Amino acid sequence: MASSSNLILSVRNMSVEFPTLSGSVMAVRNVSFDVGREKIGIIGESGSGKSTTGRAIMGLQPPKANVLADRMMFEDVDLLEATEKEMLGIRGKRISMILQDPKYSLNPVITIGDQIAETVILHERKSRRQARERALAMLERVRIRDPQRVYNLYPHEVSGGMGQRIMISMMLIASPSLIIADEPTSALDVTVRQQVLSILDELVVERNIGLIFISHDLNLVRSFCDRVLIMYAGRIVETIAAKDLHNATHPYTRGLLDALPSLDHPRDRLEVLRRDPAWLENN
Amino acid sequence: MSMINVERLAVSYGKGQQQVRIVNDVSFAVEKGEAFGLVGESGCGKSTILGALAGRNQQWTGRIEIDGEQIGQKRSHGQLAKQQMVFQDPFGSIHPRHTIGRTLLEPLEIHDKDRRQKRVEKALTDVGLPLNFRYRYPHQLSGGQRQRVAIARALILEPRILLLDEPTSALDVSIQAEILNLLKDLREREGLTYILVSHDLAVVAHLCDRVAVMQEGGFVEVATKQQLLDGTVTHPYTRVLMDGSRGYVTSSRNA
Amino acid sequence: MNVMTKPGSFATLHNWLINEDFTSTRQARLHTFYVAWLNLLANPLAFCGFLVVLGLIAVAALAPMIATHDSYAQDLAFALQPISAQHWFGTDEFGRDVFSRLVYGSRTTLYISILVTVVVAPIGFVIGATAGYLGGWVDIVLMRITDIFLSFPSLVLALAFSASLGPGIENAVIAIALTVWPPIARLARAETLTFRNADFVVAAELQGAGMGRILLRHIVPLCAPSIIVRLTLNMSSIILTAAGLGFLGLGAQPPMAEWGAMAASGRQYLLDAWWLTTIPGIAILTVSLAFNLLGDGLRDILDPRNG
Repeated sequence: MASSSNLILSVRNMSVEFPTLSGSVMAVRNVSFDVGREKIGIIGESGSGKSTTGRAIMGLQPPKANVLADRMMFEDVDLLEATEKEMLGIRGKRISMILQDPKYSLNPVITIGDQIAETVILHERKSRRQARERALAMLERVRIRDPQRVYNLYPHEVSGGMGQRIMISMMLIASPSLIIADEPTSALDVTVRQQVLSILDELVVERNIGLIFISHDLNLVRSFCDRVLIMYAGRIVETIAAKDLHNATHPYTRGLLDALPSLDHPRDRLEVLRRDPAWLENN
Repeated sequence: MSMINVERLAVSYGKGQQQVRIVNDVSFAVEKGEAFGLVGESGCGKSTILGALAGRNQQWTGRIEIDGEQIGQKRSHGQLAKQQMVFQDPFGSIHPRHTIGRTLLEPLEIHDKDRRQKRVEKALTDVGLPLNFRYRYPHQLSGGQRQRVAIARALILEPRILLLDEPTSALDVSIQAEILNLLKDLREREGLTYILVSHDLAVVAHLCDRVAVMQEGGFVEVATKQQLLDGTVTHPYTRVLMDGSRGYVTSSRNA
Repeated sequence: MNVMTKPGSFATLHNWLINEDFTSTRQARLHTFYVAWLNLLANPLAFCGFLVVLGLIAVAALAPMIATHDSYAQDLAFALQPISAQHWFGTDEFGRDVFSRLVYGSRTTLYISILVTVVVAPIGFVIGATAGYLGGWVDIVLMRITDIFLSFPSLVLALAFSASLGPGIENAVIAIALTVWPPIARLARAETLTFRNADFVVAAELQGAGMGRILLRHIVPLCAPSIIVRLTLNMSSIILTAAGLGFLGLGAQPPMAEWGAMAASGRQYLLDAWWLTTIPGIAILTVSLAFNLLGDGLRDILDPRNG
């Protein structure tokens, strides 16, 4: 029983199809994975289907797209059967999403503090006054130094790193059991990135929840996550513990690792990835 | 004699009261055939230095010498052809309504060069693109192929210096490797001098002999490639950037 | 080398044009036109507009062959004849055949609208693009001049110029052109501003391209679609203004056939001879509607975001 309660999300044979003028295109093909109380990384190049996978879990695929699966269970909810109304109760409350640019997720004409307070009122049914207190506490919790000042800022007035921290603070209020982060730090500078990641790390460990971390950055995922799924052309070609990534066996994963310039393993020429059509056959 | 000699370079934007200084008293020299890196976070002034060297930003003071010739605010065609720039975004740096051939012919026409078709063919071959690509439009090309076109356009005037502004940061890892290899080959074959701007120390260390680490418009350290690989850099900020290129460092390990 | 690939039938021509593995610059260019043409075919309203405009051009070009009578020949005995087999659209107060005058009138209409467009497009582009590219005080001066022209209703402005220049078709063209260029200049400026700092423009500058080259080689191909759309949509207002001037007696002078003037001269006989005003009115309406539909379609077809 203990092991099943550790399972947050279970996906079996999920495919996402996009109809086009010349037949349908499979953006994601037969992927299966489980997410427990851990940090799972999805790595892939552009067009590999990694973002589509994250969005399909949230039920946020474009209206024309078709999601097929044998099973998509999120805790006690069958995501395949869930109505749009039920999904509204899940999105943002039980599964949260962080995107690359927080500016698109925040309302540009409402101050940051009011947006957080709004979330508090929605989730915890508190008075305005209490909501404000709570919002300030949340801002402090994500290590924003001057919460009183930031409370009254508009989204365009904050930097990218601060924006991501604000997004995380809003998530803290809803206390989701799964976070899907799609390239959350790709637009951030190195020092800010470390800060945002450590806040995210603390949150996941402290609340004992699951995180799906979607990124193109091998080194980042390797060092941040517990487990890594490597996606290629809509398929999961390999699943491996992050600390064992250097022992990866699939030629695509090896190709990616060898293509990466590294301070620790310098080489004169970088390996060029040779794409093998055979990678597309299995699965 | 150095290929590039910069003394007390200061660059600013804006006028009068609103004038903001982006780069402060930076001096460095780059030898012929050397690859010099500029690393730092956004807003540190690394791209601004590149802009001043390219002739894009003209609001600078100090002294710039390129190939033994002192450069003024306005440049002659000959001076402009000495260095060429490759931009970060391969989707925005090529004219969307020109065929690749047109894009490559453009600089040849401006500089009134002869044997234009031959030069276009040579440039395409140099960057590893098939010759019939000259009839294509940019939207038919992938990001990596466009970046090759951008490099071909920079090479076609036979410059001595390439100014590379984050040339691979918009590309996938596997494509980045191809472009970095291409840049390495070109430098060896043509004896080019590079200045590479990047936020990723691993990329810079791969391509460059020396690296200037920038913070708030100035150099905090100029390290050699060997120093980076051995980890014998002196400035703490350089270490922060090195950690950054390795991925996530937990705060416990950081402390 | 093109002779080798010269297609034998329509299917091979289609395949040659649709294939994106171009083997020559000409093929690349023809491909662009062909795709635009296919898009036009797929847009029925725009295609109707295109056919009407094409028809107008054909009628104007072949006027002597289409007209059933001499458009100037008066025959007072047959004045104000209703529609009949002899006079398809009846006759006017001087006994001239309305159908023939309508056919010849299309020449005047086309002459005015094409001349205005040809004059206005380069002027509007040069003023707008220069302002957008150079910025600073050049921008301020040029745009304030544009604003002054924009602040008058165009018909009133055309009327004023036309009245001071004196009646006549050439003066009408000048008067209309003076009212049409400001929106084009504004559009060209806005478009130039969006591309002004694009990397590909900077790249050209760093290679030593001068302002003329940048505007003509780099900015024009990007601005052209929206300016063409704007001009096409403007055609109807040019035609209407020309008709308005003609109606007020400031455009084409009698006995020259011009739709606006024809409608004007017929209005005293409106109750007895409805066809005198109605027929030219319908012609003006049809042609301006056609240009509007075509312009709307072109907006979708030429939009760079679609390409």
